[in-house]
Amino acid sequence: MFGKGLRPLSIATVAMLAAGLSLVFFYAPIETDQGIIQKIFYLHVPLAIVALVGFVVGGVFAIAHLRTGNRKWDAYSYVSIHMSVIFGVAVLLTGSIWAKASWGHWWVWDEPTLVSFLIVFLMYATYYPFRYAIEDPERQARYASVFAITAGAFVPLNFMAVRMAQSLVHPRVFATANGGLPGSMMLTFLFCLAAIALLWVTLVKFELTAKSASGQVKRLRRALDAPAPGSGSRIAPEVS
Amino acid sequence: MHALLASAPALPLGEGGKYVAGAYIVFLVLIVVYVAIMAAKLQRIERELRELASFAEQRKAEEQREEVSADV
Amino acid sequence: MTSSRAAFAAILGKDLRAELRTLQSLPAMALFSVTTFVIFRFGLDRTSLSGSLAAGVLWATLLFAAVLGINRLFVAEREEGGFDAIRLAPIDRSALFTAKAAALLVYLLALEVIAVPVFALFFLHDLGGLVPLALVLLLADLGLAATGTLISSMAVNSRARDLLVPLVLLPLVVPLMIAATGATEPLLALGGPGYDRFGTWLMVLGLYDLIFGLVGYAVFDFLLED
Repeated sequence: MFGKGLRPLSIATVAMLAAGLSLVFFYAPIETDQGIIQKIFYLHVPLAIVALVGFVVGGVFAIAHLRTGNRKWDAYSYVSIHMSVIFGVAVLLTGSIWAKASWGHWWVWDEPTLVSFLIVFLMYATYYPFRYAIEDPERQARYASVFAITAGAFVPLNFMAVRMAQSLVHPRVFATANGGLPGSMMLTFLFCLAAIALLWVTLVKFELTAKSASGQVKRLRRALDAPAPGSGSRIAPEVS
Repeated sequence: MHALLASAPALPLGEGGKYVAGAYIVFLVLIVVYVAIMAAKLQRIERELRELASFAEQRKAEEQREEVSADV
Repeated sequence: MTSSRAAFAAILGKDLRAELRTLQSLPAMALFSVTTFVIFRFGLDRTSLSGSLAAGVLWATLLFAAVLGINRLFVAEREEGGFDAIRLAPIDRSALFTAKAAALLVYLLALEVIAVPVFALFFLHDLGGLVPLALVLLLADLGLAATGTLISSMAVNSRARDLLVPLVLLPLVVPLMIAATGATEPLLALGGPGYDRFGTWLMVLGLYDLIFGLVGYAVFDFLLED
């Protein structure tokens, strides 16, 4: 039963997000270096961290799928990656806004973390056409798991390579976000991180519940020998 | 309320404020869009369940009619 | 396991002999590279290249030529039942991975034997950087072979396989390209080869090779399941 516990989880998520927002704007002091623009970090960085962890989690579920052969792990893997891609869109958009505010351009190649993230995002964006191209559902699930594991191994390597490619002239802006943060900022940051992580978990559960419901409907349809309306999605694994 | 606003040192004023607001609004919009998509999915599930329920009831009614006519 | 080694040798030998006999991939890859160099000459409006521009042109061309070869890597297996043969044989299935990756490595090296001298002929004035470049090429080819074999084996059983390889492979090899061009750029610098962070980049290449070689070897079994 996926839907179990969804309500308390959602309430907790909303509460934490609201509390986090309040901390950001009423508690955390304004940074001297970047001023009010620094506030974007409390949103952008937690989103990025949660998205990346989500990708790795997708890879872990994929390992479980290959080892046990139980297709539910593939559904977990797919939804984890799917949610992280969506969060990834938010990361890139907020990152772009931050870049415009800080550097005056909507995109900068100077920030290695943002560039790495773009590459990781592009990598995982190919997950969908990749799944779509394989017709047999069992094979699709297996290959998708291989993809998720390979991509998971790719993430740290990619970050390392991009960071190294940066010219050492431009200071790493993110260093100011995490190094030597005063206590109140660190507290706010960690709280926001927890809130965004909770949001990710809640939405993943939400998605799995919807999938499960669709799966049950299909199951019912088959049991009743009722005519089916149209074919389901070819790439999203079924949950039943 | 005014006291709360007055005591908040970090409310957006000045140049950077609109970007900060923009970023948080983008985040909110994404969440809302996601919820809307999920709502559409839910509606579809509900509709299909309704169809299946009426289909099952129909079949049950037919079976009962057949039983009745078989008795006769 | 001796039988694995024998299988490896057998598959590798078959592949190389087949390629030598039919000459399907190699000439195409080589010709593609040379033509691409010409296109770059006109596209960039340059008759000599150095530094980052030279590294970029060289590596982009090699990468796209490699994709041509990678696309065709498992075609024979798919068309002639090579996958079934491997499944039935009592050997470690990952032998297919290592053999195919080794074959791809040979193709890439052969490609570079042709393409790099042509590149030097067209664009380079100072050939001092070419010897250390060979080391960079070797390490990068190892990584490309591992990743390319992995992706190719997945793509060969899908629809639109010609699209799938470039789509999925390219982001995966970005760190490899970053390291390769990072090492190559100072080698082809205007004033003579430099070794700025050369060792570090080689280490990154080696790390990439290791990680993706292991990952490919580990997961390949699952790709062959029916």
